[in-house]
Amino acid sequence: MPNSQPNLPASLTGSLIRERRLALGLRQGDVAQAVGISASYLNLIEHNRRRVGAEVLARLAGVLGTETAILSEGAGGALIDDLRAAASTAPGIQPELDRIEDFAGRFPGWAAVLAAQHHRAAQLERAVGALNDRLTHDPHLSASLHEVLSALASVRSTAAILADTEDIEPDWRERFHQNLHQDSERLAAGAEALVAYLDGSDTAVDTGLAAPQEEVESWLAARGWQLAELEQPEGLAQLLAEVAGLASAAARSLAADFLRQAAAEAQLLPDTALRAALARGEDDPAVLAQRTGLSVLAVMRRIALLPGSVAGLVICDASGTLLFRKPVDGFALPRFGAACPLWPLFAALARPMLPLVERVEPAGRAARVFRTLSICETRLPQGFAGPELREAAMLILPDDAPRAAGAVLALGSSCRICPRGRCPARREPSILAEAGAAAGVQ
Amino acid sequence: MTARVLLIEDEPNISEAIRFILSRDGCDVTALADGTGALDAVRAAMPDLVILDLMLPGVSGLDILAQLRADPQTQALPVMMLTAKGQGRDREAAERAGASHFMTKPFSNDDMRAAVRALTQG
Repeated sequence: MPNSQPNLPASLTGSLIRERRLALGLRQGDVAQAVGISASYLNLIEHNRRRVGAEVLARLAGVLGTETAILSEGAGGALIDDLRAAASTAPGIQPELDRIEDFAGRFPGWAAVLAAQHHRAAQLERAVGALNDRLTHDPHLSASLHEVLSALASVRSTAAILADTEDIEPDWRERFHQNLHQDSERLAAGAEALVAYLDGSDTAVDTGLAAPQEEVESWLAARGWQLAELEQPEGLAQLLAEVAGLASAAARSLAADFLRQAAAEAQLLPDTALRAALARGEDDPAVLAQRTGLSVLAVMRRIALLPGSVAGLVICDASGTLLFRKPVDGFALPRFGAACPLWPLFAALARPMLPLVERVEPAGRAARVFRTLSICETRLPQGFAGPELREAAMLILPDDAPRAAGAVLALGSSCRICPRGRCPARREPSILAEAGAAAGVQ
Repeated sequence: MTARVLLIEDEPNISEAIRFILSRDGCDVTALADGTGALDAVRAAMPDLVILDLMLPGVSGLDILAQLRADPQTQALPVMMLTAKGQGRDREAAERAGASHFMTKPFSNDDMRAAVRALTQG
């Protein structure tokens, strides 16, 4: 008996059958006859009052010129998930969740519109989140704003002193005039840098983000740089579905490639094995690479992506372009423009497969020392006949050793926001005053 | 009675302006340009008020505040934090750490004078 096989949900399937039949302009009685069931039984099926067995469904699919799966699921599974997700994001509204399948079946077009709107809203929310994140964390913007506000604070106080103090001594007046001049120049430079920054932000009209790489990194940052799901059976598929919601096609493609690579690396060095090795003090990426068959660069990526890891990581190609940036507190990484040429990453780039360990101190107000491990790896994807490709990586680890425990390389993030005035590697003037130098700290 | 103020601010022109304003208002102002040695200076001078910039080279203003609040000798000392607009998260952290008052840059000289009077006369 057809209805003795209640293995397929009735509600949405019936509506899909009816929709398909009407779309083809077929009469209910003709279809029922072709399938070998009564018209009244087909009527009950179409109105979702009877479950349809697999055998009948297969015959219906044949008569209606479609696939069984389309009739039993259609876009339904995903569509209903989307509708449920849309319902959950509408505070104060209580949609009829018990009739969701009925709604999707009876009004598939409107349901699709609602689902599409939900996706678009989610995309826009992600873009807003990424922009907000940039405003909060972007070192260029934060440095430019701080510079402008500091200069402005000084100008405001100094100007008020000059305006309000009638009996000010000539020496003080002279001094405050000089301060005003200095701060006005500083203010102009800071404002110029801000304008340049904001002009550069206009390029990504579709997402509000400057680059696909930035969108991917925002997504990773929002996840706390953790991809623990990769070790679950369906983890990669889940994450691929998640990045399918990124705003730009380029970001989706970059993220998917990154996830596949990360999944392959996680298989060779799972979180638990890596965590155990690190707990034993076996934290040398080269040793771990030899043991696991991964490249040193891949092990560095595993260390940076280990849940709870405090390690930062930057990866660049042979042109020095940064391909990956996981930041670490106290070591600002440039969002755009070239990084500091003193980074050991670039020294490593010039000498493939030679490991480089360097203690570094990035310029900044809260000066901290980091231990960096850098290495460059080469590839010949087209054999001897093709070009040699290089990728260098720099793992950035907090360094708890006393500052005096060895040489420390003073470096920066990017020339434009670096206050080290006498740096031999400087490419262009900084927008920052030498506050550190004035305070006796460099 | 003259209020003794310890100002820890790395921007020299802001520091100079604050020193001038408060000195004219009758305060005895000592200025430091970074956070290194700030705690020792506070313990040695035991001022009536500490004005502390949030972003300092060396040791951050937040770290200094936390250490002042952890020390029984200085835990009740009034501390005014200087913050810039856009440092909302840092400000929340300073609030939790026990700052007595916030002054957002750019500030008006009158507001600065009024806040210092309130904190040193209370």
